[in-house]
Amino acid sequence: MRGRVLLAAFLAFIALAPLVLPPFYVTLFNYIGLATLVSLGLVLLTGVAGLVSFGQQAFVGLAAYTTAVLTTQYAASPWITLFAGLAVTAAVALFLGVITLRLSGHYLSLSTIAWGIALYYLFGNLQFLGQYSGIDNVPPVALFGWSLDTGHRSYYLIWCVTLAALIAAQNLLDSRSGRAIRALRFRSVMAESFGVRTASLKVVVFLYAALLAGLSGWLYAHFLRFVSPQAFGVNAGIDYLFMAVVGGASQVWGAVVGASLLTVLKEWLKDILPRLFGQSGSYEIIVFGVLMVLLLHRTRDGLMPALARLVPPPRVPPAVAAAPALARRGLPPAGERLLEVRAAEKHFGGLVAVSGLSFDLRSGEILGLIGPNGAGKSTMFNLITGVLRADAGEIRFGGERLDRLASSEIARRGICRTFQHVNLISSMSVLENVALGAHLRGRQGTVAAMLRLERAEEAQLLAEAARQIERVGLGEQLHQAAGSLPLGRQRVVEIARALAGDPVLLLLDEPAAGLRFAEKQALAGLLRKLRAEGMTILLVEHDMEFVMGLVDRLVVMDFGEKLAEGLPREIQRNPAVLEAYLGGIE
Amino acid sequence: MNLDTVLWLVQDGISNGAIYALLALALLLVFAVTRVIFVPQGEFIAYAALSLTMLQAGQLPGTVYVLVGGGLLAAAYEIAAALRARAGARLPRVLAFYVLLPAAIAVLAWWAAPRKFDLWVQALIVLGLVVPLGPILYRIAYQPLANASVVVLFIVSMAVHYALTGLGLLFFGGEGLRSAAFSDAQFKLGVVNVTAQSVLVVLASVLVMLALWLFFTRSLYGKALRATAVNRVGARLVGIPAELSGSLSFLLAAFIGAVSGVLVAPIATIYYDTGFLIGLKGFVGAILGGMASYPLAALGALAVGLLESFSSFWASAFKETIVFTAIIPVLVWRSLTSRHVEDEEE
Repeated sequence: MRGRVLLAAFLAFIALAPLVLPPFYVTLFNYIGLATLVSLGLVLLTGVAGLVSFGQQAFVGLAAYTTAVLTTQYAASPWITLFAGLAVTAAVALFLGVITLRLSGHYLSLSTIAWGIALYYLFGNLQFLGQYSGIDNVPPVALFGWSLDTGHRSYYLIWCVTLAALIAAQNLLDSRSGRAIRALRFRSVMAESFGVRTASLKVVVFLYAALLAGLSGWLYAHFLRFVSPQAFGVNAGIDYLFMAVVGGASQVWGAVVGASLLTVLKEWLKDILPRLFGQSGSYEIIVFGVLMVLLLHRTRDGLMPALARLVPPPRVPPAVAAAPALARRGLPPAGERLLEVRAAEKHFGGLVAVSGLSFDLRSGEILGLIGPNGAGKSTMFNLITGVLRADAGEIRFGGERLDRLASSEIARRGICRTFQHVNLISSMSVLENVALGAHLRGRQGTVAAMLRLERAEEAQLLAEAARQIERVGLGEQLHQAAGSLPLGRQRVVEIARALAGDPVLLLLDEPAAGLRFAEKQALAGLLRKLRAEGMTILLVEHDMEFVMGLVDRLVVMDFGEKLAEGLPREIQRNPAVLEAYLGGIE
Repeated sequence: MNLDTVLWLVQDGISNGAIYALLALALLLVFAVTRVIFVPQGEFIAYAALSLTMLQAGQLPGTVYVLVGGGLLAAAYEIAAALRARAGARLPRVLAFYVLLPAAIAVLAWWAAPRKFDLWVQALIVLGLVVPLGPILYRIAYQPLANASVVVLFIVSMAVHYALTGLGLLFFGGEGLRSAAFSDAQFKLGVVNVTAQSVLVVLASVLVMLALWLFFTRSLYGKALRATAVNRVGARLVGIPAELSGSLSFLLAAFIGAVSGVLVAPIATIYYDTGFLIGLKGFVGAILGGMASYPLAALGALAVGLLESFSSFWASAFKETIVFTAIIPVLVWRSLTSRHVEDEEE
């Protein structure tokens, strides 16, 4: 409730400010709005997706120059050049994104600085861009014949666009795509295994941030009616990033906080520092630098969390609305050969982790994959799920080869997994984590999410997630942050998330580790029920008691090779297995 | 374009490239050991070059204030940490390194400045002024964040770059300065006119690289740094303190930065913010070399020097644009050949 009141107060403030404030402050607010747009893009790119760009000013500049050239030299309407500017920005961003986003994060950051410098000198030296003196007399935007030729008049355009962008970004984060974006930072492997194409998603986020910067550039050119390279130097890009970090790089409203704070602080410091030092120059960068270091020493979340604590969260989280069930996949008839592993090999340097391993998995059975520590079980698991690529051999699923496919493609074929080391996004609720498992069962993308056109599907996804959470017995914890649950419960959340993907084949990596006796029994009961419904399960497990009573067949691994295969009671009497496990059977 | 021009450009490119190669090595070293993308390396270059020029003019370089102030700040951090850990025994060493040493160098510089010693003596004083800045910076800005992600450390680097650039403006002013050459001699090597200055640059770079190679292969500290670069946790487990390797790698980076600054001061007019661009060209070289191998990085940096010198002949206005766009083909190639998804540490 208080959140709503604050939002309304903020909107009222923005709406009334230019009516009472002198022109200097209106101009300052315009700059804040323009900076908010750029740092909002960085909030998504840096704070949420974990990709740092120091080159956003280049995108601002590209759009600003495009519109300035087209409107001054070709007398084009600013409304047409808006699209031209965004198109140029998008084309450049797409190219740069595609070539850098597959590489480790610091490549992106370094190359953002590089192209920022490259474009700055390009702007400053091209004849038709007016070189270092820039382009003046850029026409103002006209709206229904009403020319926005003063700071006051531009104000409403700038802030309407900014507010719309803020709301759209907030909508985006609270959606199917948003959950996937939030997984990019630390959980790419997990996101891939639920079908998120992380490489292309990163490009999308990068493109989005660039377009926001482009939008800011277009507004800038027509508000200031002048463009010159100085506004798009490297320092502008650093300032934008600092704004996002100061505000709180993972929260949409942090963009407003950071942009306001740094814009005002800069204005103030530019005024007092040269007087203090008795010579002119941009000394504010000293203060900015020192403040950033101090801030990062104390917190990496910026100021927004501290501000957010002033607004208490809603007491009762909204209940998950009932929604029509999602379509389900057909399951293959029981007893059919579903997964074939043929002579799979995996080496890590000189270490042979999996060597010539072959086994079959038939639909509707639970197969246990056991073996002492270091036997290669988890490696085998990673080969099936595409996290690792086999050096030799074949893995087929329903006759199709899996061993050359990416994780996200394997997930599309109905293979869902859990992780031995719990792989949840700890800051997200249990519900959202599990809903990420249902990612492939939704279709709506980023644009629909920003415009809230995907609410029906979103309700279905959340209802499905809630149903699976209920099913594994965590209905009480629906809205808790996943990281706040005990480890055993987090494993159960992993299972719910895999189930939300409507798997044909469920791969469980040590699901019973850390569970108490009663919880293990409940889990065994659940797995039996799933088998009865026709699901096929591959189980890697240490807990013999749990495995023996549950599985149909066992494959025993040791030193990367298959030691034995058979029914549980045969395995229990197998001399080779006993030898390998000497003292190991609990 | 005749052969003379080509050879002259090659000579120019090689002497610039040698400096970029030094920088690329330092950046790779710091990155491998501490995961810090050390952008402020560029400021060491500017500080060293400008300090040298000021000493030549008989003035006290502003670097002394940064050095003494930074040292005091680092000492304050250390004292606070020592009080918290109740480890007062290490205080004398801390005070000696962070307070006494900077103060001694500052006094030396103050004494030497008006006496206008020989250029070589002044260069040594400059090294004394700039090199301790490395460990001091590490202590103040980076050590408290030793476990942060690459991305956070990168942002810190940009913040430190900001602070140092601003301080540079404050203490050196906005004017560009160029120092006198170590030698004005020229001699003919076959058909080429070679300046002694460029020979000196190349020689000094090769010497520093050789010294680094000896340090890393022969000395215990060098081996400790290599161990840390290969496996940070493992190195800690065998008793190599992370703070030591961090501090040491920053010391080497500052040394290389200071040497580059001294070498570049007579070749180019240096402003308080020129170091940033020079340092980044070292990064471009390192990226061209794939950010992993030292020899490849040095070759990449040499390529940057040549590219720069030829593009300043053909299209001098677009020199920087060309140099900084050179990473694009490399990034394209690398992104086509790399196929992996990895999770960053939290």
